[in-house]
Amino acid sequence: MMCEYTSISKGGVMTFATSVELLKFHTVAYTIYALLIISVIAWFAYNLTRKEKAKSAVRIPFYGYIAFLVAGGVGHHIFTYNAIPWVSEDIMRHEIKPDYVFDIQIHDHKWKFPQLPMKVEAGKKVLFNVSTDDLTYGFGLFRQDGTLVTQMQVVPHHKNDLLWTFNECGKFDVYPTEYSGPAEYDENGKDLMFVKDAFEVTGCDEKSAKR
Amino acid sequence: MQKGFIDTLINGTNFDHRELSALQKMVLRAVVMSFLFFGLLAIEGMIMRLVVTPSINPLPEMFNHPEHYFSIMTVHPIVGIFGSTYQLVFAAFMFLVPYLTKKPLYSVKLGNIVWILITLGTALAWIAAFVWQYAPLYTLYWPLPADTKQFQTIGGIVFIVGVALIMIGTLGFIYNIYATIFARVGVHKNKTTKELLISGFGIDGMLNLWHKLTGKPPYSKEPALALPVVAIFRGTVDTFLDAIVILGAGILVLVYLLADAGGLSWNVHAVDSLLYKNFFWWGLDLVADGLVLIYVAGSWYLLATIITGQKLFMENVARAALMLELVVSWMVWSHHLLADQPQPEMMKLVSGEMVTAFELLTQGLALFITLVTLWKARPLKMTPQLAYLLGGLVGFGLAVPAAIIQADMGMNRVLHNTQWISFAHFHIALIVGLYMTLYSALYVLWPMVTNNTTMWSKKLTWTHFWLYLVGGVGMGAFAGMAGLDGMLRRHLYLDGEFNTWMILAAICGTMVLVAWALFLFNVVMSVGVKGLVGIFLPAQDKSASYGIEEN
Repeated sequence: MMCEYTSISKGGVMTFATSVELLKFHTVAYTIYALLIISVIAWFAYNLTRKEKAKSAVRIPFYGYIAFLVAGGVGHHIFTYNAIPWVSEDIMRHEIKPDYVFDIQIHDHKWKFPQLPMKVEAGKKVLFNVSTDDLTYGFGLFRQDGTLVTQMQVVPHHKNDLLWTFNECGKFDVYPTEYSGPAEYDENGKDLMFVKDAFEVTGCDEKSAKR
Repeated sequence: MQKGFIDTLINGTNFDHRELSALQKMVLRAVVMSFLFFGLLAIEGMIMRLVVTPSINPLPEMFNHPEHYFSIMTVHPIVGIFGSTYQLVFAAFMFLVPYLTKKPLYSVKLGNIVWILITLGTALAWIAAFVWQYAPLYTLYWPLPADTKQFQTIGGIVFIVGVALIMIGTLGFIYNIYATIFARVGVHKNKTTKELLISGFGIDGMLNLWHKLTGKPPYSKEPALALPVVAIFRGTVDTFLDAIVILGAGILVLVYLLADAGGLSWNVHAVDSLLYKNFFWWGLDLVADGLVLIYVAGSWYLLATIITGQKLFMENVARAALMLELVVSWMVWSHHLLADQPQPEMMKLVSGEMVTAFELLTQGLALFITLVTLWKARPLKMTPQLAYLLGGLVGFGLAVPAAIIQADMGMNRVLHNTQWISFAHFHIALIVGLYMTLYSALYVLWPMVTNNTTMWSKKLTWTHFWLYLVGGVGMGAFAGMAGLDGMLRRHLYLDGEFNTWMILAAICGTMVLVAWALFLFNVVMSVGVKGLVGIFLPAQDKSASYGIEEN
């Protein structure tokens, strides 16, 4: 299913054009970390019980460890700010002029879209204004394989605006990403707020060719 | 002569409930209730796992109904956090504070009221979900809990009364702990309230560090309170604030539901949903980021010193870190609102990202201090106490970075409300990190609380350890991976969308459930059915302390 999506390569080192690229990187990085921390504690447990002194591969000074933790905590945000394009766009969204604006309403577990499907060109900035007057909902765009493109919470009587640049083409489904009570489903468990192919992005081939 | 199976089942190994003091019985009653609720919790978890895994789901069709499914999802954390974890932690601390301060507990009677209220409250909340299918989830996002079009008013009222009872029980625990700490008896006879407060907040540790840096003699050579008591003191501040917030939210919901029952139709939007969400998460986050991390750090320090019989490494730093955690835990709630676009960007940036990142530092410090304390005492025997403690360290070593990764404006856009946060973070934090720490504490305290009762089977103890560790980590990892593939945490999937991950998670979840059953069986065989019943009978020995003579 993933082959349906063509992404526009940004060409930069460690820049994630789409959430798929980011999640792939995250999966690999966290798996390595998880295996590492489990191995370290296992090594530690083994050597705790041994009479012979263990040979440390590296000696970590206390302040070095503290510096590592601080650098990890802060550096993580600096890294994502520079590597994930939607972070700065999100912070500055009030000052960015979008190419498309879609005003979407939710009432009583029903969507009201301006059009279906909502069609845009790849690489353009799209603003989703989603409003509701009853419950807290979620607004999420998903690929056909179920992976998440982007999302936000929809809080009643507040401005819920999400600016997104689609660097991938294809058809996307809409799911509510927040629980709003069992009335979201019919009695057989079918999600009544799921909208198939609600959004379509085209033009990736042309964009890639221009690059 | 070795006892037969039936004899052991009835009479236990060498347990005699008549020899237990009032304090010991109170603690054991809460522990029994805690582990019964843990079983209910594990069964609920397995039901939810099976519902979203249709290819292997043997359950009747009624479990697939959204009302039923989300009712279970609503009470699952209530049973887990309050019915099980709170009970176990409160019981342990109501034993440890008198033990460590060498003073009697302020009131054993109040201690008994605490476990009864929490048990009743949890049962009421569960009944509200089971009978009336009240299902606004534990998040209670306004105005869903007051939505009488979707939920029956009576269900909501019973649920909120249940939660209120839990919180009143919690306030009882807090009163008992502080009244014990501040009692000027025994070793604290000549201490002032100011001295106890300074020590309780970890300020003496901070001043000791400052004096060391400036070349002055230590501010306090013998702090008034032992370090684990400082952690309990500090964590209990957050427990109090959390109880007030949850009670406040409960009263709000209750007022609206009672108005509805009285035929009034009040405008739910008179209460701002975003403001409510901030208020609620500020309080609820104190459970996760204040209470759990602080209580856990304190428990690690205590366990490391008891297991090694040595002083804690860098004790002043540990005390100061607990003080730092006070500031951190009160300012991190915005990481729950990174996907809320009306939330001010500055709050997302400062509270949601930057201050939250400090939890990596405070928890990393606790991990480091615990590991070095153990390392300096090598060689150690690998006892269940030590193994469970190391398992707890693995749990938080995995779960805290998983949360820090998600508490980021870039990552949150694709991870918020997915099973990643649910499993890779808080299920691993709770099931592996917190519970393995608690199991370690349980094995450390077992001889003291049961008057040296022999565990029936060491093999079962180790089988429990490995099944629990592998099952807990495995379930968190596989379901967390489903989150990375887009699986939402508060959504009903009946078409097998994430079948492979869910089958793997269900296998690991079964290991956790079986581990619990083995543990419970081992405990029942150790104390015997007679002993189990005897725990709930009045104690002959009315003493409220352990290891000291009461005057």
